[in-house]
Amino acid sequence: MNGLMGPFMAVLRRDLMLAWRGRTDVLVTLAFFVIVVCLFPFGVGPETNQLREIAPGVLWVAALLSTLLSLNRLFAQDHADGTLEQLLLSPEPTALWVVAKVAAHWIVTGLPLVIVAPGLALLFDVQQDALGVLVLSLALGSPILALLGAVGAALTLGLRGGGVLLALLILPLYVPVLIFGAGAVDAHLGGMGASAQLLLLGGGLLGALAAAPFACAAALRIAIE
Amino acid sequence: MEWASWSAFWAMGGSAFFVWGSYFVTALLIGVELMMVRHRRRDTVRRLIRLRRAAPPRADVRVIEESVQ
Amino acid sequence: MMKEKLSRSTEPKSWLRFSAPQMFYPLAGKMAPWFAAVAAVLGVVGLYIGLFVAPTDFQQGEVYRVIFIHVPAAWMSMFVYLVMAFWSAVGLVMNTRLSFMMAKALAPTGAMFCFVALWTGALWGKPTWGTYWVWDARLTSQLLLMFLYLGFMALTAAIEDPRRSDRAGALIALVGAVNVPIIYFSVSWWNTLHQGASVSLTKAPSMASTMLAGMLLMAFAAWAYTIAVTLWRVRSLILERERHTEWVGHELDAQEGRA
Repeated sequence: MNGLMGPFMAVLRRDLMLAWRGRTDVLVTLAFFVIVVCLFPFGVGPETNQLREIAPGVLWVAALLSTLLSLNRLFAQDHADGTLEQLLLSPEPTALWVVAKVAAHWIVTGLPLVIVAPGLALLFDVQQDALGVLVLSLALGSPILALLGAVGAALTLGLRGGGVLLALLILPLYVPVLIFGAGAVDAHLGGMGASAQLLLLGGGLLGALAAAPFACAAALRIAIE
Repeated sequence: MEWASWSAFWAMGGSAFFVWGSYFVTALLIGVELMMVRHRRRDTVRRLIRLRRAAPPRADVRVIEESVQ
Repeated sequence: MMKEKLSRSTEPKSWLRFSAPQMFYPLAGKMAPWFAAVAAVLGVVGLYIGLFVAPTDFQQGEVYRVIFIHVPAAWMSMFVYLVMAFWSAVGLVMNTRLSFMMAKALAPTGAMFCFVALWTGALWGKPTWGTYWVWDARLTSQLLLMFLYLGFMALTAAIEDPRRSDRAGALIALVGAVNVPIIYFSVSWWNTLHQGASVSLTKAPSMASTMLAGMLLMAFAAWAYTIAVTLWRVRSLILERERHTEWVGHELDAQEGRA
C-alpha cells in the first residue's frame, strides 16, 4: 500500500502546489458558479416561492457547468510541457496518478463549490435544514463529475474546439448525477427523505472511482501515442 | 383495402399533418442520407485519383505508413 | 508489440480474412445492393400493409399509422448504438482497423434513425397526448441517445490522426454504452417522482395482426437499409484509409477507366 501511496501523494501535492500558484484560475471558476446561480432570479423573476422551488436544480446545473468549464485545465498544462508523457512512461500505474490528479482538481475546483453552495442556497430562501443535504449531495456528486469529466478531457486533449466538444461528450453522461443530486434536495424538501438518492450518489461515486480512472488512462494513452 | 377513396387516404381521418409530416421527413432524411453516401463515394474516388496522379505511390512511403497504423 | 500485432493480422484464416479491409471492400460492394434491394422490397410491402391493409385503430384513429416508422426507427437507433459499441470493443481488443471503420460508418445512420424516432414521436404525441413533447423516460432517453451519437461523430471528426480518432471514438462509444442503462434508470426514476404534469402514455394497445406485421416488416426494412448504407459508407472509409496500398491503386485505376 505504501508503495502506491508515495507516487499518489507526490502527484497530489505537486498539482495542489501548482494550483496554489495559479490561484486566480481557481477563483474564476468559483466566480463563474456564483454568477450563473445569481443570473436565474433575473431570468425567472424574484418570487420567493418559485426561487425556493428551483434552487436545488439551479445550484446543481451551475455546479455542473463550472465543473465543465474547469475540466480542460485538468491535463492541458501537463500536456503542453511534456509532464504527461513522462508520467505515462513512468512505471507507476496510470490509473493511480490519474486519480491523484482528479483528486487535486476536485479539491481545487469542486470543494469550493460545495462550501459556497449553502450560502447561495440562502439567496434562494431554501430551508436551513435542507442545506446539509445539499452539501452532502454536492460532496458526493461533484467528484463523480470530475471523474467522468477527466475521461472527456483526456479524449479531447489538444484538439481545436476541445471545450465545446468536451461539453457535447460529457454533459449527457452527467444527467444521472444531476437527477440524483438535485433530487436529493428536492426529496428532503418534499419530506420524503433523501437517503435513497444519497445512497445512489455514493454508489455512483464508488462505481466512477472503480471505472473512470482506467477509462481515463486508456484515453490518455490514445491521445498521447 | 381500408380506404373509400384516395382523398380519404390523403386526409388520414383528419390527422394528415401528423402522419404525412412523419412520413415525409423520414423519406426526406433517407433520401438525403443516400445522396450523401453517394456523394462521399464519388468525392473520395475523385480525390484519391487526383492524389495518385499528382504523386504516384512510392514503396518506401507505403511501408512506413503501414507500420505506423 | 507492434510487430506481434502485425504478424498476427497477416495470417488470414477462414472467414476471418474478411476482417482485412482489402478483402472486405469487394465483399461489401457485392452485398450492399442486395441489402438495399431487400430494404426496398420490405419497405414497400410494409408500407402497403401499414397504410392500406391495417385497420383503423379504434382508440387513436388513423394517426397511429406513424407507428410503422416510429417504432422501427426507435429500435434501430438503440440497436445501432449497441452494434457500434460492439465493433468498438472488438477494435480495441483485437486491434482490427476494420472494426473501427464499421463503428464510424454506422454512426450517421443511427443518428438519423434517432432523429426520426424523436420527430415522429413528437408528431404522434401532439394528437394523442395533446403536446409535442413530454419529459417521459423513453423520450428523454432517446434525446440523450441523440446527444451520444452527436458526441461520437463530433469527436471522431475533430481528430485528424486516424489511429487516435478510431480509438478515441471507440472509447467514448463504450463509455456511452455503459451509461445508457444508468441514464435510462435514472430518467425513469426522475420521471416517476415528478408525476405532477404527467401524461399517461398508451400502454401497448392490443394490436391487430396486420399492424404487427406491417411494423415488423418495416423494422426488417430498416435493418437491411442500415446494413446497405453502412457497407457503402465503409467502402469510402476503406479507400481513404488504404489509399497508399497497391490494391487501392488498382481499384482507382479501374474506377478511372470506367468514368
